[in-house]
Amino acid sequence: MSALSRLTVIETRLFLREPMIVFFALAFPPILLAVLGAIPAFRVPDESAGGLRAVDRYVPVVIAMGLAVYALNGLSQLFATYREKGVLRRMRTTPVRPGVMLGAQLLMSTIVSVVTMVAVLAVGRLAFDVGLPRNLPGYLAGYVLAALAMFAVSLLVASLAPTGRSAGAVGTVIFFPIVFFAGLWLPRDDMNGVLRTISDATPLGAGVQSLQDAAAGHWPQLLHLAVMLGWTIVAGGLAARYFRWE
Amino acid sequence: MAIVEVDGLVKRYGDRTVVDGVGFTVEQGEIFGILGPNGAGKTTTVECVAGLRTPDGGRVRVCGIDPQRDTGELRHLLSAQLQESELPDKLRVREAMALYSSFYRAPADWRELIATLGLSGTLDTPFRRLSGGQKQRLSIALALVGNPRVAVLDELTTGLDPQARRDVWELIAGIRDRGVTILLVTHFMEEAERLCDRLAVIDSGRLVALDSPAGLVSSVDGRQRIRFRPATPLDPAVLTALPEVVAVERAGGQLVVTGEGNLLLAVAAELARRQVVAADLRVEQTSLEDAYVALTHRPGQA
Repeated sequence: MSALSRLTVIETRLFLREPMIVFFALAFPPILLAVLGAIPAFRVPDESAGGLRAVDRYVPVVIAMGLAVYALNGLSQLFATYREKGVLRRMRTTPVRPGVMLGAQLLMSTIVSVVTMVAVLAVGRLAFDVGLPRNLPGYLAGYVLAALAMFAVSLLVASLAPTGRSAGAVGTVIFFPIVFFAGLWLPRDDMNGVLRTISDATPLGAGVQSLQDAAAGHWPQLLHLAVMLGWTIVAGGLAARYFRWE
Repeated sequence: MAIVEVDGLVKRYGDRTVVDGVGFTVEQGEIFGILGPNGAGKTTTVECVAGLRTPDGGRVRVCGIDPQRDTGELRHLLSAQLQESELPDKLRVREAMALYSSFYRAPADWRELIATLGLSGTLDTPFRRLSGGQKQRLSIALALVGNPRVAVLDELTTGLDPQARRDVWELIAGIRDRGVTILLVTHFMEEAERLCDRLAVIDSGRLVALDSPAGLVSSVDGRQRIRFRPATPLDPAVLTALPEVVAVERAGGQLVVTGEGNLLLAVAAELARRQVVAADLRVEQTSLEDAYVALTHRPGQA
Protein backbone atom coordinates (compact mmCIF):
# COMPACT_ATOMS: atom_id res chain seq x y z
CA MET A 1 0.00 0.00 0.00
CA SER A 2 1.27 3.48 -0.71
CA ALA A 3 2.00 5.87 2.14
CA LEU A 4 -1.01 8.03 1.20
CA SER A 5 -3.52 5.21 1.21
CA ARG A 6 -2.09 3.69 4.38
CA LEU A 7 -2.14 7.05 6.13
CA THR A 8 -5.72 7.61 5.01
CA VAL A 9 -6.74 4.20 6.36
CA ILE A 10 -4.96 4.81 9.67
CA GLU A 11 -6.38 8.32 10.06
CA THR A 12 -9.86 6.97 9.35
CA ARG A 13 -9.40 4.28 12.01
CA LEU A 14 -8.19 6.87 14.49
CA PHE A 15 -11.23 9.00 13.65
CA LEU A 16 -13.53 6.04 14.30
CA ARG A 17 -11.90 5.55 17.72
CA GLU A 18 -13.14 8.96 18.89
CA PRO A 19 -16.81 8.34 19.71
CA MET A 20 -17.66 12.00 20.37
CA ILE A 21 -16.18 13.22 17.08
CA VAL A 22 -17.81 10.34 15.20
CA PHE A 23 -21.18 11.20 16.74
CA PHE A 24 -21.02 14.88 15.90
CA ALA A 25 -19.58 14.35 12.42
CA LEU A 26 -21.63 11.38 11.23
CA ALA A 27 -24.73 10.92 13.37
CA PHE A 28 -25.66 14.37 14.60
CA PRO A 29 -26.70 15.95 11.26
CA PRO A 30 -29.14 13.13 10.28
CA ILE A 31 -30.53 13.10 13.83
CA LEU A 32 -31.02 16.85 13.75
CA LEU A 33 -32.93 16.57 10.48
CA ALA A 34 -35.09 13.80 11.96
CA VAL A 35 -35.87 15.95 15.00
CA LEU A 36 -36.75 18.98 12.86
CA GLY A 37 -38.88 16.85 10.54
CA ALA A 38 -40.74 15.45 13.53
CA ILE A 39 -42.13 18.92 14.25
CA PRO A 40 -45.54 19.07 12.49
CA ALA A 41 -45.14 22.74 11.49
CA PHE A 42 -41.99 21.81 9.56
CA ARG A 43 -44.02 19.56 7.30
CA VAL A 44 -46.63 22.16 6.22
CA PRO A 45 -46.14 23.40 2.63
CA ASP A 46 -45.40 27.11 2.53
CA GLU A 47 -46.96 28.86 -0.49
CA SER A 48 -44.62 31.84 -0.17
CA ALA A 49 -41.68 29.47 -0.63
CA GLY A 50 -43.05 27.87 -3.76
CA GLY A 51 -44.86 25.09 -1.91
CA LEU A 52 -41.71 23.83 -0.17
CA ARG A 53 -41.93 22.69 3.44
CA ALA A 54 -39.47 23.85 6.10
CA VAL A 55 -38.03 20.34 6.25
CA ASP A 56 -37.25 20.56 2.50
CA ARG A 57 -35.46 23.85 3.01
CA TYR A 58 -33.52 22.54 6.01
CA VAL A 59 -31.84 19.64 4.22
CA PRO A 60 -29.06 21.79 2.67
CA VAL A 61 -28.71 23.76 5.92
CA VAL A 62 -28.23 20.59 7.96
CA ILE A 63 -25.72 19.26 5.42
CA ALA A 64 -23.80 22.54 5.61
CA MET A 65 -23.91 22.48 9.40
CA GLY A 66 -22.46 18.96 9.33
CA LEU A 67 -19.53 20.30 7.32
CA ALA A 68 -19.02 23.14 9.77
CA VAL A 69 -19.10 20.85 12.80
CA TYR A 70 -16.50 18.53 11.39
CA ALA A 71 -14.25 21.21 9.91
CA LEU A 72 -14.25 23.54 12.90
CA ASN A 73 -14.43 21.08 15.77
CA GLY A 74 -12.72 18.02 14.36
CA LEU A 75 -10.16 18.69 11.66
CA SER A 76 -8.59 21.92 12.93
CA GLN A 77 -8.21 20.60 16.45
CA LEU A 78 -6.74 17.35 15.22
CA PHE A 79 -4.12 19.08 13.14
CA ALA A 80 -3.17 21.56 15.84
CA THR A 81 -2.92 18.70 18.35
CA TYR A 82 -0.70 16.72 15.99
CA ARG A 83 1.61 19.68 15.74
CA GLU A 84 1.54 20.34 19.49
CA LYS A 85 2.44 16.74 20.30
CA GLY A 86 5.16 16.47 17.68
CA VAL A 87 3.33 13.90 15.56
CA LEU A 88 4.12 16.05 12.53
CA ARG A 89 7.68 16.62 13.75
CA ARG A 90 8.27 12.88 13.85
CA MET A 91 6.74 12.41 10.43
CA ARG A 92 9.01 15.11 9.03
CA THR A 93 12.03 12.89 9.71
CA THR A 94 10.67 10.16 7.38
CA PRO A 95 10.62 10.11 3.58
CA VAL A 96 6.91 11.01 3.65
CA ARG A 97 6.41 14.57 2.56
CA PRO A 98 4.28 16.49 5.04
CA GLY A 99 1.88 17.28 2.19
CA VAL A 100 0.95 13.61 2.09
CA MET A 101 -0.28 13.88 5.67
CA LEU A 102 -2.37 16.88 4.66
CA GLY A 103 -3.68 14.98 1.65
CA ALA A 104 -4.64 11.99 3.80
CA GLN A 105 -6.55 14.25 6.19
CA LEU A 106 -8.41 15.98 3.36
CA LEU A 107 -9.21 12.66 1.73
CA MET A 108 -10.56 11.25 4.97
CA SER A 109 -12.52 14.44 5.71
CA THR A 110 -14.10 14.33 2.27
CA ILE A 111 -15.10 10.68 2.70
CA VAL A 112 -16.57 11.37 6.16
CA SER A 113 -18.51 14.39 4.98
CA VAL A 114 -19.85 12.67 1.86
CA VAL A 115 -21.12 9.83 4.07
CA THR A 116 -22.82 12.42 6.28
CA MET A 117 -24.39 14.13 3.26
CA VAL A 118 -25.73 10.84 1.95
CA ALA A 119 -27.13 10.00 5.40
CA VAL A 120 -28.93 13.35 5.61
CA LEU A 121 -30.34 12.99 2.09
CA ALA A 122 -31.47 9.46 2.92
CA VAL A 123 -33.23 10.52 6.13
CA GLY A 124 -34.94 13.35 4.23
CA ARG A 125 -36.03 11.09 1.41
CA LEU A 126 -37.12 8.08 3.46
CA ALA A 127 -38.64 9.76 6.50
CA PHE A 128 -40.04 12.99 5.11
CA ASP A 129 -40.30 12.40 1.37
CA VAL A 130 -37.87 15.21 0.57
CA GLY A 131 -37.04 15.04 -3.14
CA LEU A 132 -33.51 14.07 -4.08
CA PRO A 133 -31.46 16.78 -5.83
CA ARG A 134 -32.74 17.23 -9.39
CA ASN A 135 -29.45 18.56 -10.71
CA LEU A 136 -27.06 16.00 -9.26
CA PRO A 137 -23.82 17.26 -10.92
CA GLY A 138 -24.67 20.80 -9.80
CA TYR A 139 -25.41 19.53 -6.29
CA LEU A 140 -22.13 17.64 -6.04
CA ALA A 141 -20.17 20.58 -7.44
CA GLY A 142 -21.73 22.93 -4.89
CA TYR A 143 -21.12 20.41 -2.13
CA VAL A 144 -17.47 19.76 -2.96
CA LEU A 145 -16.75 23.50 -3.20
CA ALA A 146 -18.47 24.15 0.14
CA ALA A 147 -16.47 21.31 1.70
CA LEU A 148 -13.19 22.61 0.29
CA ALA A 149 -13.93 26.13 1.51
CA MET A 150 -14.70 24.87 5.01
CA PHE A 151 -11.63 22.60 5.14
CA ALA A 152 -9.47 25.51 4.03
CA VAL A 153 -10.87 27.68 6.86
CA SER A 154 -10.29 24.78 9.23
CA LEU A 155 -6.66 24.40 8.20
CA LEU A 156 -6.17 28.15 8.53
CA VAL A 157 -7.41 27.92 12.14
CA ALA A 158 -5.04 24.99 12.71
CA SER A 159 -2.14 26.99 11.24
CA LEU A 160 -2.70 30.04 13.39
CA ALA A 161 -3.74 28.42 16.67
CA PRO A 162 -0.78 27.60 18.91
CA THR A 163 -2.37 24.54 20.55
CA GLY A 164 -5.11 21.99 19.95
CA ARG A 165 -7.10 23.51 22.78
CA SER A 166 -7.00 27.02 21.32
CA ALA A 167 -7.83 25.65 17.86
CA GLY A 168 -10.94 24.13 19.43
CA ALA A 169 -11.87 27.42 21.06
CA VAL A 170 -11.34 29.47 17.88
CA GLY A 171 -13.27 26.89 15.86
CA THR A 172 -16.23 27.11 18.21
CA VAL A 173 -16.26 30.91 18.03
CA ILE A 174 -16.22 30.85 14.22
CA PHE A 175 -18.79 28.07 14.08
CA PHE A 176 -21.75 30.17 15.22
CA PRO A 177 -21.59 33.01 12.67
CA ILE A 178 -20.84 30.49 9.92
CA VAL A 179 -23.90 28.37 10.62
CA PHE A 180 -26.02 31.44 11.33
CA PHE A 181 -25.32 32.77 7.85
CA ALA A 182 -25.88 29.29 6.46
CA GLY A 183 -29.46 29.73 7.72
CA LEU A 184 -29.55 27.39 10.71
CA TRP A 185 -31.73 29.69 12.82
CA LEU A 186 -33.10 32.00 10.16
CA PRO A 187 -33.48 30.50 6.68
CA ARG A 188 -31.74 32.53 3.98
CA ASP A 189 -35.11 33.15 2.30
CA ASP A 190 -36.29 34.93 5.43
CA MET A 191 -33.16 37.09 5.84
CA ASN A 192 -33.36 40.80 5.03
CA GLY A 193 -31.23 42.27 2.24
CA VAL A 194 -28.17 43.09 4.37
CA LEU A 195 -28.07 39.72 6.08
CA ARG A 196 -28.57 37.91 2.82
CA THR A 197 -25.72 39.83 1.19
CA ILE A 198 -23.41 38.93 4.07
CA SER A 199 -24.63 35.35 3.86
CA ASP A 200 -23.84 35.27 0.12
CA ALA A 201 -20.24 36.09 0.97
CA THR A 202 -19.79 33.37 3.62
CA PRO A 203 -18.64 29.89 2.60
CA LEU A 204 -21.72 28.12 3.85
CA GLY A 205 -24.25 30.83 2.90
CA ALA A 206 -23.02 30.42 -0.66
CA GLY A 207 -22.91 26.65 -0.14
CA VAL A 208 -26.49 26.33 1.10
CA GLN A 209 -27.82 28.50 -1.74
CA SER A 210 -25.93 26.39 -4.28
CA LEU A 211 -27.39 23.20 -2.81
CA GLN A 212 -30.89 24.70 -2.82
CA ASP A 213 -30.55 25.81 -6.43
CA ALA A 214 -29.26 22.41 -7.53
CA ALA A 215 -31.93 20.58 -5.50
CA ALA A 216 -34.56 22.56 -7.44
CA GLY A 217 -32.94 21.52 -10.73
CA HIS A 218 -30.99 24.72 -11.51
CA TRP A 219 -27.24 25.23 -11.66
CA PRO A 220 -25.57 26.99 -8.69
CA GLN A 221 -25.12 30.70 -9.31
CA LEU A 222 -21.74 31.91 -10.47
CA LEU A 223 -21.54 34.34 -7.53
CA HIS A 224 -21.81 31.53 -5.01
CA LEU A 225 -19.34 29.29 -6.79
CA ALA A 226 -16.91 32.21 -6.94
CA VAL A 227 -17.37 32.94 -3.23
CA MET A 228 -16.60 29.33 -2.26
CA LEU A 229 -13.64 29.16 -4.60
CA GLY A 230 -12.39 32.45 -3.19
CA TRP A 231 -12.55 31.15 0.38
CA THR A 232 -10.74 27.99 -0.66
CA ILE A 233 -7.94 29.89 -2.36
CA VAL A 234 -7.52 32.68 0.19
CA ALA A 235 -7.93 30.62 3.38
CA GLY A 236 -6.07 27.67 1.88
CA GLY A 237 -3.24 29.93 0.69
CA LEU A 238 -2.95 31.62 4.07
CA ALA A 239 -3.04 28.21 5.78
CA ALA A 240 -0.18 27.03 3.58
CA ARG A 241 1.68 30.30 4.15
CA TYR A 242 1.42 30.14 7.95
CA PHE A 243 1.50 26.42 8.39
CA ARG A 244 4.17 25.25 10.81
CA TRP A 245 5.05 21.62 11.16
CA GLU A 246 6.35 22.30 14.65
CA MET B 1 35.24 6.39 6.15
CA ALA B 2 33.46 9.53 7.32
CA ILE B 3 29.71 9.08 7.08
CA VAL B 4 28.74 12.44 8.57
CA GLU B 5 30.81 15.53 7.93
CA VAL B 6 30.09 18.86 9.58
CA ASP B 7 32.36 21.79 8.88
CA GLY B 8 32.08 25.34 10.20
CA LEU B 9 28.35 24.99 10.90
CA VAL B 10 26.60 28.24 11.82
CA LYS B 11 22.94 28.65 12.76
CA ARG B 12 21.26 31.82 13.97
CA TYR B 13 17.79 32.41 15.35
CA GLY B 14 17.28 36.13 14.81
CA ASP B 15 20.23 37.88 16.45
CA ARG B 16 21.20 34.88 18.51
CA THR B 17 23.91 32.60 17.14
CA VAL B 18 23.09 29.19 18.60
CA VAL B 19 25.65 27.19 16.63
CA ASP B 20 28.91 28.97 15.93
CA GLY B 21 31.42 27.19 13.72
CA VAL B 22 30.92 23.60 14.90
CA GLY B 23 32.81 20.93 12.94
CA PHE B 24 33.31 17.19 13.34
CA THR B 25 33.24 13.97 11.35
CA VAL B 26 31.57 10.75 12.33
CA GLU B 27 33.09 7.48 11.13
CA GLN B 28 31.05 4.59 9.84
CA GLY B 29 29.92 2.28 12.66
CA GLU B 30 30.71 4.72 15.48
CA ILE B 31 28.57 5.79 18.36
CA PHE B 32 29.34 9.48 18.33
CA GLY B 33 28.17 11.52 21.28
CA ILE B 34 27.25 15.18 21.36
CA LEU B 35 27.48 16.40 24.91
CA GLY B 36 26.79 19.79 26.36
CA PRO B 37 24.65 21.81 28.76
CA ASN B 38 21.00 22.56 28.00
CA GLY B 39 20.73 25.23 25.33
CA ALA B 40 24.29 24.65 24.09
CA GLY B 41 23.14 24.05 20.50
CA LYS B 42 23.29 20.23 20.47
CA THR B 43 19.79 19.70 19.12
CA THR B 44 20.13 22.48 16.55
CA THR B 45 23.36 20.88 15.33
CA VAL B 46 21.77 17.47 14.77
CA GLU B 47 18.68 19.08 13.26
CA CYS B 48 20.95 20.64 10.65
CA VAL B 49 22.51 17.22 10.04
CA ALA B 50 19.02 15.73 9.71
CA GLY B 51 18.04 18.40 7.17
CA LEU B 52 15.32 19.84 9.41
CA ARG B 53 16.96 23.25 9.69
CA THR B 54 18.78 25.30 7.11
CA PRO B 55 22.29 26.24 8.26
CA ASP B 56 23.30 29.90 7.96
CA GLY B 57 26.84 28.86 7.19
CA GLY B 58 29.18 25.92 6.88
CA ARG B 59 28.93 22.58 5.21
CA VAL B 60 27.07 19.40 6.16
CA ARG B 61 27.32 16.08 4.32
CA VAL B 62 25.67 12.77 5.19
CA CYS B 63 26.95 9.82 3.12
CA GLY B 64 28.28 12.47 0.77
CA ILE B 65 24.93 14.18 0.16
CA ASP B 66 23.82 17.67 1.11
CA PRO B 67 20.84 17.40 3.50
CA GLN B 68 19.41 20.67 2.20
CA ARG B 69 19.59 19.84 -1.49
CA ASP B 70 18.74 16.17 -1.45
CA THR B 71 16.37 15.89 1.48
CA GLY B 72 14.32 13.11 -0.09
CA GLU B 73 17.36 10.85 -0.37
CA LEU B 74 18.59 11.82 3.10
CA ARG B 75 15.37 10.55 4.70
CA HIS B 76 16.16 7.04 3.48
CA LEU B 77 19.75 7.15 4.77
CA LEU B 78 19.33 8.94 8.07
CA SER B 79 16.57 8.61 10.61
CA ALA B 80 16.07 10.78 13.65
CA GLN B 81 14.44 10.21 16.98
CA LEU B 82 13.87 13.75 18.16
CA GLN B 83 12.69 15.11 21.45
CA GLU B 84 9.03 15.93 21.91
CA SER B 85 7.77 13.78 19.08
CA GLU B 86 4.81 11.65 20.00
CA LEU B 87 2.28 9.58 18.12
CA PRO B 88 -1.50 9.90 18.09
CA ASP B 89 -2.88 8.69 21.45
CA LYS B 90 -4.92 5.85 20.05
CA LEU B 91 -2.49 4.62 17.41
CA ARG B 92 -1.47 1.04 18.24
CA VAL B 93 2.07 -0.26 18.16
CA ARG B 94 1.29 -2.62 15.29
CA GLU B 95 -0.30 0.19 13.25
CA ALA B 96 2.56 2.59 13.92
CA MET B 97 5.12 0.05 12.74
CA ALA B 98 3.16 -0.95 9.63
CA LEU B 99 2.55 2.71 8.80
CA TYR B 100 6.14 3.85 9.22
CA SER B 101 7.55 0.87 7.36
CA SER B 102 5.31 1.81 4.41
CA PHE B 103 7.17 5.13 4.19
CA TYR B 104 10.50 3.53 3.18
CA ARG B 105 11.56 1.83 -0.01
CA ALA B 106 13.54 -0.95 1.72
CA PRO B 107 12.10 -1.29 5.22
CA ALA B 108 13.37 -3.70 7.86
CA ASP B 109 11.16 -6.54 9.07
CA TRP B 110 9.25 -4.59 11.70
CA ARG B 111 8.05 -7.67 13.57
CA GLU B 112 11.60 -8.80 14.12
CA LEU B 113 12.54 -5.28 15.21
CA ILE B 114 9.67 -5.18 17.69
CA ALA B 115 10.71 -8.56 19.06
CA THR B 116 14.32 -7.39 19.46
CA LEU B 117 13.11 -4.35 21.36
CA GLY B 118 10.90 -6.46 23.63
CA LEU B 119 7.65 -4.92 22.46
CA SER B 120 5.97 -8.02 21.01
CA GLY B 121 3.52 -8.11 23.92
CA THR B 122 2.32 -4.57 23.20
CA LEU B 123 1.32 -4.86 19.53
CA ASP B 124 -2.30 -3.93 20.22
CA THR B 125 -1.55 -1.35 22.90
CA PRO B 126 -2.42 2.27 22.03
CA PHE B 127 0.50 4.71 22.23
CA ARG B 128 -0.86 6.58 25.25
CA ARG B 129 -1.03 3.37 27.29
CA LEU B 130 2.68 2.57 26.82
CA SER B 131 5.09 3.26 29.67
CA GLY B 132 7.84 5.85 29.21
CA GLY B 133 10.40 3.12 28.51
CA GLN B 134 8.10 1.39 26.02
CA LYS B 135 7.48 4.68 24.20
CA GLN B 136 11.22 5.24 23.87
CA ARG B 137 11.75 1.70 22.61
CA LEU B 138 8.96 2.19 20.08
CA SER B 139 10.69 5.42 19.02
CA ILE B 140 13.90 3.49 18.47
CA ALA B 141 11.99 0.88 16.48
CA LEU B 142 10.43 3.62 14.32
CA ALA B 143 13.84 5.19 13.81
CA LEU B 144 15.26 1.86 12.62
CA VAL B 145 12.39 0.53 10.53
CA GLY B 146 13.70 2.25 7.40
CA ASN B 147 17.07 0.46 7.63
CA PRO B 148 18.98 3.74 7.96
CA ARG B 149 22.75 3.98 7.77
CA VAL B 150 22.80 6.76 10.36
CA ALA B 151 20.44 7.14 13.32
CA VAL B 152 20.22 10.39 15.28
CA LEU B 153 19.01 9.78 18.83
CA ASP B 154 18.31 12.99 20.76
CA GLU B 155 18.06 12.81 24.56
CA LEU B 156 16.69 9.33 24.32
CA THR B 157 16.86 8.44 27.99
CA THR B 158 15.75 11.74 29.54
CA GLY B 159 12.84 11.08 31.86
CA LEU B 160 13.38 7.34 32.10
CA ASP B 161 13.93 5.52 35.37
CA PRO B 162 17.44 4.07 35.90
CA GLN B 163 16.48 0.52 34.92
CA ALA B 164 14.75 1.61 31.70
CA ARG B 165 17.72 3.82 30.93
CA ARG B 166 20.12 0.89 31.24
CA ASP B 167 17.87 -1.21 29.01
CA VAL B 168 17.94 1.50 26.34
CA TRP B 169 21.75 1.68 26.56
CA GLU B 170 21.98 -2.01 25.83
CA LEU B 171 19.70 -1.54 22.86
CA ILE B 172 21.79 1.28 21.45
CA ALA B 173 24.92 -0.86 21.69
CA GLY B 174 22.94 -3.58 19.88
CA ILE B 175 21.94 -1.17 17.10
CA ARG B 176 25.56 -0.38 16.40
CA ASP B 177 26.16 -4.10 16.02
CA ARG B 178 23.61 -4.01 13.19
CA GLY B 179 25.98 -1.70 11.36
CA VAL B 180 24.13 1.54 12.03
CA THR B 181 26.18 4.63 12.81
CA ILE B 182 24.72 6.50 15.77
CA LEU B 183 24.74 10.18 16.58
CA LEU B 184 23.74 10.38 20.23
CA VAL B 185 22.78 13.66 21.83
CA THR B 186 22.91 13.56 25.60
CA HIS B 187 23.60 15.48 28.74
CA PHE B 188 24.08 12.37 30.86
CA MET B 189 27.75 11.85 31.61
CA GLU B 190 27.33 8.19 32.47
CA GLU B 191 25.52 7.57 29.21
CA ALA B 192 28.24 9.25 27.17
CA GLU B 193 30.97 7.37 29.00
CA ARG B 194 29.29 3.98 28.66
CA LEU B 195 28.22 4.20 25.03
CA CYS B 196 30.23 6.63 22.97
CA ASP B 197 33.37 5.91 21.01
CA ARG B 198 34.01 9.61 20.64
CA LEU B 199 32.45 12.73 22.05
CA ALA B 200 32.00 16.27 20.85
CA VAL B 201 31.50 18.67 23.75
CA ILE B 202 29.53 21.73 22.71
CA ASP B 203 29.10 24.81 24.85
CA SER B 204 27.34 28.06 23.88
CA GLY B 205 27.28 26.95 20.26
CA ARG B 206 31.00 26.19 20.03
CA LEU B 207 32.86 22.93 19.89
CA VAL B 208 35.07 22.93 22.99
CA ALA B 209 36.48 19.39 22.80
CA LEU B 210 36.45 16.37 20.54
CA ASP B 211 37.94 13.11 21.79
CA SER B 212 37.23 9.68 23.20
CA PRO B 213 35.78 9.70 26.75
CA ALA B 214 39.16 8.53 28.11
CA GLY B 215 40.96 11.15 26.05
CA LEU B 216 38.75 13.90 27.44
CA VAL B 217 39.41 12.76 30.99
CA SER B 218 43.17 12.66 30.49
CA SER B 219 43.14 16.12 28.90
CA VAL B 220 42.12 17.62 32.23
CA ASP B 221 43.91 15.10 34.42
CA GLY B 222 46.28 15.90 37.22
CA ARG B 223 43.41 16.70 39.55
CA GLN B 224 42.37 14.51 42.45
CA ARG B 225 39.67 14.87 44.99
CA ILE B 226 39.53 13.62 48.56
CA ARG B 227 36.34 13.45 50.57
CA PHE B 228 36.20 12.83 54.30
CA ARG B 229 34.32 13.71 57.42
CA PRO B 230 36.59 15.22 60.11
CA ALA B 231 35.80 13.56 63.46
CA THR B 232 36.57 16.85 65.21
CA PRO B 233 36.00 20.33 63.79
CA LEU B 234 38.70 21.44 61.39
CA ASP B 235 39.35 24.87 59.93
CA PRO B 236 39.55 24.41 56.13
CA ALA B 237 42.21 27.12 56.03
CA VAL B 238 44.82 24.73 57.41
CA LEU B 239 44.32 22.53 54.35
CA THR B 240 44.15 25.39 51.89
CA ALA B 241 47.55 26.44 53.15
CA LEU B 242 49.10 23.21 51.84
CA PRO B 243 50.85 23.68 48.48
CA GLU B 244 49.20 20.56 46.99
CA VAL B 245 45.67 21.79 47.75
CA VAL B 246 43.80 23.84 45.17
CA ALA B 247 40.42 24.13 46.83
CA VAL B 248 38.47 22.99 49.87
CA GLU B 249 34.70 22.84 49.87
CA ARG B 250 32.21 21.89 52.51
CA ALA B 251 29.51 19.44 51.49
CA GLY B 252 27.28 18.79 54.47
CA GLY B 253 29.50 17.39 57.23
CA GLN B 254 32.13 16.47 54.66
CA LEU B 255 35.12 18.28 53.35
CA VAL B 256 36.02 17.92 49.69
CA VAL B 257 39.65 18.69 48.99
CA THR B 258 40.76 19.15 45.39
CA GLY B 259 44.42 19.27 44.52
CA GLU B 260 47.40 18.05 42.60
CA GLY B 261 50.59 16.05 43.12
CA ASN B 262 50.84 13.95 46.25
CA LEU B 263 47.59 15.29 47.62
CA LEU B 264 46.58 12.32 49.75
CA LEU B 265 49.90 12.14 51.58
CA ALA B 266 49.96 15.87 52.23
CA VAL B 267 46.42 15.96 53.58
CA ALA B 268 46.86 12.80 55.67
CA ALA B 269 50.06 14.14 57.21
CA GLU B 270 48.41 17.43 58.10
CA LEU B 271 45.43 15.66 59.67
CA ALA B 272 47.73 13.36 61.67
CA ARG B 273 49.74 16.33 62.90
CA ARG B 274 46.52 17.95 64.17
CA GLN B 275 45.22 14.62 65.43
CA VAL B 276 42.04 14.85 63.42
CA VAL B 277 40.58 11.50 62.45
CA ALA B 278 39.22 11.41 58.89
CA ALA B 279 36.10 9.25 58.72
CA ASP B 280 34.58 7.91 55.47
CA LEU B 281 37.65 8.92 53.53
CA ARG B 282 37.47 8.45 49.78
CA VAL B 283 39.83 9.37 46.97
CA GLU B 284 38.15 10.16 43.66
CA GLN B 285 39.70 9.97 40.23
CA THR B 286 38.96 12.56 37.64
CA SER B 287 35.78 11.50 35.88
CA LEU B 288 34.27 12.46 32.59
CA GLU B 289 32.01 14.71 34.58
CA ASP B 290 35.02 16.60 35.95
CA ALA B 291 36.38 16.89 32.44
CA TYR B 292 33.04 18.14 31.22
CA VAL B 293 32.74 20.73 33.97
CA ALA B 294 36.29 21.86 33.30
CA LEU B 295 35.50 22.19 29.60
CA THR B 296 32.15 23.91 29.90
CA HIS B 297 32.67 25.75 33.19
CA ARG B 298 29.22 24.73 34.26
CA PRO B 299 28.02 21.96 36.53
CA GLY B 300 26.58 19.09 34.53
CA GLN B 301 23.90 16.71 35.59
CA ALA B 302 25.10 13.39 36.87
